[in-house]
Amino acid sequence: MTTIDTRSPDAGSYEFHVFEDEHAHDDAAEHHHETGTMLGFWLYLMSDCLLFGILFAVHAVIGQNYAAGPSPADLFEIEKIALATAFLLLSSITYGFAAINVQQNNAKVMSIWLIVTLAFGLGFLYLEYLEFSHLWHVGATPMASAFLSSFWILVGTHGLHVTGGSIWLVILLVQVQMHGLTPENKRRIMCLSLFWHFLDLIWIGVFSFVYLAGVLL
Amino acid sequence: MATAATPTDAGASHGSYGIPDVHWFWGKLNWDIFPFYDPLIFGTFIATMILAALTVGAITYYRLWGYLWTEWFTSVDHKKIGIMYMVLGVIMLLRGFSDALLMRLHQALASAGYIGFLPAYHYDQVFTVHGVIMIFFVAMPFVTGFMNYVMPLQIGARDVAFPFLNNLSFWLTVSGAVLIMISLFVGEFAATGWLAYPPLSGLTFSPGVGMDYYLWSLNIAGIGTTLSGINLIVTLVKMRAPGMTWMKMPVFCWTTLCTNVLIVATFPVLSATLALLTADRYLGTNFFTNELGGNPMMYVNLIWIWGHPEVYILTLPIFGIFSEIVPTFCRKRLFGYTSMVYATCVIMILSYIVWLHHFFTMGAGANVNSFFGITTMIISIPTGAKLFNWLFTMYKGRIRYELPMMWVVAFMLTFVIGGMTGVLLAVPPADYVLHNSPFLVAHFHYVIIGGGVFGIFAGINYWWPKAFGFQLDRFWGLVSFWGWVVGFYFAFMPLYVLGLMGVTRRLSQFEETIYAGYFFTALIGACMIAVGVAAFVVQIVVSIMKREELRDETGDPWGGRTLEWSTTSPPPYYNFAFNFRVHELDAWDHMKRNGYRRPTEGYTPIHMPHSTSSGVVIAGLMTVMGFALIWHVWWLSLLTFFASLFWAIGHTFNYNRDYYIPADDVRKMEQGELRITQQAAE
Repeated sequence: MTTIDTRSPDAGSYEFHVFEDEHAHDDAAEHHHETGTMLGFWLYLMSDCLLFGILFAVHAVIGQNYAAGPSPADLFEIEKIALATAFLLLSSITYGFAAINVQQNNAKVMSIWLIVTLAFGLGFLYLEYLEFSHLWHVGATPMASAFLSSFWILVGTHGLHVTGGSIWLVILLVQVQMHGLTPENKRRIMCLSLFWHFLDLIWIGVFSFVYLAGVLL
Repeated sequence: MATAATPTDAGASHGSYGIPDVHWFWGKLNWDIFPFYDPLIFGTFIATMILAALTVGAITYYRLWGYLWTEWFTSVDHKKIGIMYMVLGVIMLLRGFSDALLMRLHQALASAGYIGFLPAYHYDQVFTVHGVIMIFFVAMPFVTGFMNYVMPLQIGARDVAFPFLNNLSFWLTVSGAVLIMISLFVGEFAATGWLAYPPLSGLTFSPGVGMDYYLWSLNIAGIGTTLSGINLIVTLVKMRAPGMTWMKMPVFCWTTLCTNVLIVATFPVLSATLALLTADRYLGTNFFTNELGGNPMMYVNLIWIWGHPEVYILTLPIFGIFSEIVPTFCRKRLFGYTSMVYATCVIMILSYIVWLHHFFTMGAGANVNSFFGITTMIISIPTGAKLFNWLFTMYKGRIRYELPMMWVVAFMLTFVIGGMTGVLLAVPPADYVLHNSPFLVAHFHYVIIGGGVFGIFAGINYWWPKAFGFQLDRFWGLVSFWGWVVGFYFAFMPLYVLGLMGVTRRLSQFEETIYAGYFFTALIGACMIAVGVAAFVVQIVVSIMKREELRDETGDPWGGRTLEWSTTSPPPYYNFAFNFRVHELDAWDHMKRNGYRRPTEGYTPIHMPHSTSSGVVIAGLMTVMGFALIWHVWWLSLLTFFASLFWAIGHTFNYNRDYYIPADDVRKMEQGELRITQQAAE
């Protein structure tokens, strides 16, 4: 930092400006911006969390309004759901391995772990698709009762998020392929990491609150 | 079509759009959707078309399209985006206000024993659209515009944290406004009241496209608002000038922070709630229906969990504006800065736990109602503290009654009346009598116009010289002020009385004529406000014509106290040539007291973002998508959805986001030798 004395004679002891050659501090500037992005992304996640919070609250209010239709115990095949849960939890671990390789600037190994993560994510989505199509075919459609409306929209919103995360993952793989692990790409990978773990967290809520509680109660 | 579109049964034609007669290509679109059988709408349509043609013609004639596109629409400069928000607010204010005039005229006629000139169904749309426009597309753009323009300048920053996102947020807001404007001439708007309670707003009772216009307009604009909230919080947390600790931040920045925390904490609730209602209407789910286990009261709870904080989202920034204006025009520092900050934070938190006072009559029981009644009354304590702070700042101050200060005084009187009637309504037994009456309508207009619109005019008069380099004309400003303030009291005092007399709000017909005197008084008041609105437009036009006479070369015409007054008017697009080091509250006042002189050497390159067209394109595609969804044109909605998605993804492949202005160019600009503007990305 180069500081130039521009105090006027009567300016007292105050310096009113910071003179900083931004070219000489590219890294610092980059770092500064990065923290801004991460904070912004956190705030976005909090707003998304609130959106899920509303869906959970709605499920708490109308989740037992079966309208003489099927109840969770009639519908949910908890073993399959447990498998899907395992897929998603494992995908979080593999994303963690990818993040470690980001720190070590190892683009190749990182890409492999991201692909493994993607595979688990797609596996989860496939299982969810099977469940939804099964429900649809036995007549447990979102239109059938308030419980089912709430169930479909809550689980479906989570599923859409995972779909979005998977598309984002593919795009990041392409961008890392194109530009390598640049600071921007690292930042993006860390943002997606937050997003992916966040979805895991939401799913833990869905699994315990919607499926387990639904089957047990 | 079930009903013929003739004037006599125009009122009965609602719902005709809901008949599932969906063409694979045109959706619900056909030749009967234009409501031109109504001479009022047809006349408005012709006038709007002429005005639009004249505007487009003038822009083309003066070859301004390129200028507008490169300098404004695609700009990521927070100041230009702020000004565009203000322009949007003014345009929508004219629309929303003409709806208000229609309502006043209709109710005055109806109360005097005439049938009125609006069919009931049209009248219902008018009061709905008036509320929606005034809250979402007048008040919100105005406060967002102020926060965008002023806050980065006050903290000594060069832009917001995410400049592109800022541009996108603005255009998404425009997108929502455009959809509402289209609904005037294509189809219809919701006839449900501005918060669209189900089951009335459900498919059974509102089968038409009006509710869909409502939903998609707010869905799209809501995304923009949430993104803007995140953006401004990060800006405030990360980009304050060195030395500006939290308690040295101007009060306007504090209120901006609390407002945006509220935005991020509540707009997702609105989005989720409206999404569920959208699902009810489009997918046939049963969240808010009366059948199959749905629960309409859940909607009312959810929408007010957003709705009450929204009231403070609108007023907190305005409190911030007053907190800037009062010290400046009293030549004193603000009395009780710390208590002002804490009061703002307390209001922010309390605003989240009072929502149920909007529907005490739901029947939640005495305990629940008492809780929410008490929390509501408690909010008046920090608000009262703020008022006393302003009063004590004025006490023994050298007050100059310039236009901004006059608006502040008008606000104080009006807002106190509105606040006190609010405390009356917070008493559940009193609310059982007064709710859904013009008493309530008068109350919230006293707080939203008194505490919102008056502050917006104060702010416009205060910061206009900063934004454009010349002051606003005082004479027309005075006309506007007196028209608004006197007209306001004539227009809304009678509504308090009518509420106490037992009138229900939103009525389009009356059996008694005893109310006519009050309704006509209100109409006269509305006409006086119309003078105020017209004078405001004239004030701007006259000021632009007399700009050389009103020119301010100092950059600090009022003797301001905060950093925005330290730069030139209008500020260069990088705001400040040098980064600040802040030592005290009211940094600019401190600098002036200590003999600050602007440095003339030591310029460094400045890091700035490129402008981009992605915001306009994505929001444009979203507008078409919204229109297609409203009219069930599924192929077009899918097409535009994927197009906007691909455009957004394409935008992430652009790594060339920013550039440096060479130090020499900064020097030349600062010394007035060079005039450059923001670069577009290649």
